[in-house]
Amino acid sequence: MSNFEYAPAPESKAIANISKDYGLFINGKFIASHNKKRFETINPANEEVLAKISLADEVDIDKAVKAARSAYIKVWSKMSGKERAKYLFRIARLLQERSREFAVVETLDNGKPIRETRDIDIPLSAAHFFYHAGWADKLEFAGFGDKPKAHGVVAQIIPWNFPLLMLAWKIAPALATGNTVVLKPAETTPLTALLFAEVCQQADLPPGVVNIITGDGSTGSALVKHPDIDKVAFTGSTEVGKLIARSLAVSNTPVTLELGGKGANIVFEDAPLDQAVEGIINGIFFNQGHVCCAGSRLLLQENIHDEFLNKLQKRMSKIRLGDPLDKNTDIGAINSAAQLAKIHELSSSGQAEGADIWSAPCQIPNKGFWFAPTIFTGVTQAHRIAREEIFGPVLSVLTFRTPQEAIEKANNTPFGLSAGVWSDKGSRILWAGNHLKAGVIWANTFNKFDPASPFGGYKESGWGREGGRHGLGAYIKGAK
Amino acid sequence: MSLDIKKTYKLFIAGAFPRSESGRSYEIKDKKGNFIANPAQASRKDLRDAVLAAKNAHSSWAAATAYNRGQILYRIAEIMEGRSEQFVSEIMAMESVTSKQAQVQVRQAIDTWVWYAGWSDKISTIAGSTNPVAGPFFNFTVAEPLGVVGIVAEEKSSLLGVVLGLAPVLAAGNCAVLLASQSRPLSAITLAECLATSDVPAGVVNILTGLSDELTPHLASHMEIDGLDLSGVDSKSATALRISSVDNLKRVHSFSAEKSPERILSYMEYKTLWHPIGV
Amino acid sequence: MSALNLIDGSETSLRRFLQTLAGVDQIGAQERAAMLATRSIKTTSKKWAIDMAISMIDLTTLEGADTAGKIRSLCSKALRPDPQDPSVPHVGAVCVYNDMVGIARNHLDSIGGQSIPVAAVATAFPSGRASRKVKLQDTKDAISLGATEIDMVIDRGAFLSGQLGEVFDEIRAIKEICSDKAHLKVILETGELVTLDNVRKASYLAMLAGADFIKTSTGKVTPAATAPVVLVMLEAVRDFYELSQVRIGVKPAGGIRTTKDAIKQLVLVKEIAGVEWLNPELFRIGASALLNDLLMQRMKLTTGRYSSANYVTVD
Repeated sequence: MSNFEYAPAPESKAIANISKDYGLFINGKFIASHNKKRFETINPANEEVLAKISLADEVDIDKAVKAARSAYIKVWSKMSGKERAKYLFRIARLLQERSREFAVVETLDNGKPIRETRDIDIPLSAAHFFYHAGWADKLEFAGFGDKPKAHGVVAQIIPWNFPLLMLAWKIAPALATGNTVVLKPAETTPLTALLFAEVCQQADLPPGVVNIITGDGSTGSALVKHPDIDKVAFTGSTEVGKLIARSLAVSNTPVTLELGGKGANIVFEDAPLDQAVEGIINGIFFNQGHVCCAGSRLLLQENIHDEFLNKLQKRMSKIRLGDPLDKNTDIGAINSAAQLAKIHELSSSGQAEGADIWSAPCQIPNKGFWFAPTIFTGVTQAHRIAREEIFGPVLSVLTFRTPQEAIEKANNTPFGLSAGVWSDKGSRILWAGNHLKAGVIWANTFNKFDPASPFGGYKESGWGREGGRHGLGAYIKGAK
Repeated sequence: MSLDIKKTYKLFIAGAFPRSESGRSYEIKDKKGNFIANPAQASRKDLRDAVLAAKNAHSSWAAATAYNRGQILYRIAEIMEGRSEQFVSEIMAMESVTSKQAQVQVRQAIDTWVWYAGWSDKISTIAGSTNPVAGPFFNFTVAEPLGVVGIVAEEKSSLLGVVLGLAPVLAAGNCAVLLASQSRPLSAITLAECLATSDVPAGVVNILTGLSDELTPHLASHMEIDGLDLSGVDSKSATALRISSVDNLKRVHSFSAEKSPERILSYMEYKTLWHPIGV
Repeated sequence: MSALNLIDGSETSLRRFLQTLAGVDQIGAQERAAMLATRSIKTTSKKWAIDMAISMIDLTTLEGADTAGKIRSLCSKALRPDPQDPSVPHVGAVCVYNDMVGIARNHLDSIGGQSIPVAAVATAFPSGRASRKVKLQDTKDAISLGATEIDMVIDRGAFLSGQLGEVFDEIRAIKEICSDKAHLKVILETGELVTLDNVRKASYLAMLAGADFIKTSTGKVTPAATAPVVLVMLEAVRDFYELSQVRIGVKPAGGIRTTKDAIKQLVLVKEIAGVEWLNPELFRIGASALLNDLLMQRMKLTTGRYSSANYVTVD
């Protein structure tokens, strides 16, 4: 072994106590679904079945909403913020205590590396609960008036890319502001939400305050259409977000949406180059590129194009793709066969439209869904791979010559979720920040999240913000 | 029948529990005149050591993330909760109240502590701002911790007074030197034991017991102390202390027994930064 | 005498070149170093890493109280780190003050350690505060006593006050004395340079002036070989190779006490510079206490038991 190959360093699966099948979590208990229909959730790294999951239909949804309503009227709306805070603190603590277990389950169900679930997803989820616990009894200071009111019962639908973290982003502020929730996790990643239901039980959370109903697209659709929902919060594709918004336009139910993006990562000639390379890598390959705010377009100043590409490719060659449970894995599996097909389709279009493709020389395992980190160079704004969200580890590289051109290209999209700016010059960063039409701008860094930092998009990337003081507004009646 | 092991109440300085360097202690008695304990009687040298400890602890405490400080403060509350019974029996003895009344105070004290813990990572959001100046400049205001704050805890309340003084100072990111109530000092030391078993770094909080009139003038005049909370000083004595504190322009405040983010902000400084915006 | 035609030896051209280097973002560098520190090195790769780390150690004693006896013990340990286990490789070099070089060389030769070089610190180590004449003589003395590696310190005062030409010329002068008799390690004393931008600039300056190795620290100042500093230096040698086709070595020294620390260094080398640097010709670790920890970890891997200080020699 002359080149220091890392021996396998797998995290043990033993800690993950996954049941063979799961019911729906309604009114504080796990109960069978109405029509007993089931579907399977698999480990995308090896296609093994992890568990059977219940498919909720209208009857189940109605039960859940009724439980949430009853809990709201009888218990939660009557409880002081101070007491609500205590439940949220308990939940945060339990997540910390069971963090290793949650990390392993998340990795098994989602396909992302254990290093990420262990170091990012789970700690941030706990932090969200801690942060919002602290707001529950201080809402009068949050800038929404003396006595901010909750909506009541909130329907929440979350995606599969950060299952537990997205759950935390939704449930923590909703509960802190006094709402009760019915949450539907994504079809391919229900397990940590179901484990979270156990945490609610351990925290002695009053029954009905949190309800978790698993299912597929039909479940989500039925949920948002339920007449006794006071507010809907959705994170997912722009396409589905628009469907939801249209269906709720009739009742004028308040909706917040966190949708897709095609983030531009702008690297100026005076960027700290090695760290910029890391930032680009992080921006598009972290979480296999399944990130709404991914830096999926690299806007590179032309005069450093070749040097930067050279560094980028060398760095990409060191990316470790493989078993998500291995602690040394950098890139895990693509979440589903369907998503993998989408990535292939767009990648092929990139080649067909004349862009040059280069992929990192990773060894792809036989089973499971995998896509090697890939860059396309010679991309222009007209290419599909520059306009459409791929949601995979594919980077499109475009060039610019002047700062104004960089901004123009960065903004030339119906999306507006995120952007990155790399430069050693403060005034340039602030100038770019002023001109970029994006809800989150990272300068000399990327993919940084914090419960105190508001997140959300301009334009078709959605409505509203999550996190920070601003994020509370989504769950306060009459606020923005 | 076996004898219980009685607790010794010493000072809390730099994470340790020393006796006063003067070797003195004083007696505290209950309303009926019964002996309760001999807490240490701190000297001005103990106070000097406490201020030094607080000063040394300041830079790393202020550099910790607000989230981290909030976590540590929350953990202290967990430990306090576990010590409720001890707090209750001390308060009953010192204040001659019933168990129920003592429990109410302890409950309130812990809840107040938790309330302030939750402010750690939110106070900058409501106190800071970006300011729309008339020019191509990015201008923002942040609130930073002051440094070392001297606190004179309220005389009458054993535990709640200490919490009301200490929690906001810590939530702001400051280090503290607290003078416990002269007649009712025990809760402060039991609280110190909670601090010592939590993750709060040594020196961030220092607690002295002793005679107010002996210690407060040194607290007020010490040039390494940046702020003062004189809530526990009667208005007559406060005047002299205020005059003395002017030598280094300490930020001096007194509060009524209420919780509010103002108590946090009172021990923070606002800093405003300008940066041009241009290509 | 520069390896490249990027500069003509003048201070102006040197300054201009150094100004073209990209900046280093401190937080980004720290994050990358921290991420690499999470690599989990187990079983076969751990065994390999331990043996490699042992072979990379410059076993060091640089105390005012050093004596002939101390030096001789050190040399015995350098050759046979574990007297019970001959499979343990010998260390990379022995590093001593220049007046001890003769004792070290003679003793090593007498016990069969001819293949272990003796490195001497020179140029008014550790402060570097002495006249040029003294520094040159310091170096000559070491080489004449048998040192085949010279660890010199740069003039940090000159660097921080912008006299880059002064720093450059001094390194060149020492290199000239070393010529083909000794390889030259240039100690940057990164703890005093403070910023990563300075570390990058000083690395390039040393390489352009003829360093064979760039070294982080004297070990007398903290912080010494922190991960972000080593990362920046590894990036520098990697990029310098692209420019010049010459591979310069890196030596972290100071603060690397445990096997975990050493393995983290090897991970940095592999993932930043590349596997070509994973050998004692291009990577050394300046350490003393580290060796025993490596031996204890090695014992654990073979026996499965946590070892104790009783089972490794004091020196």
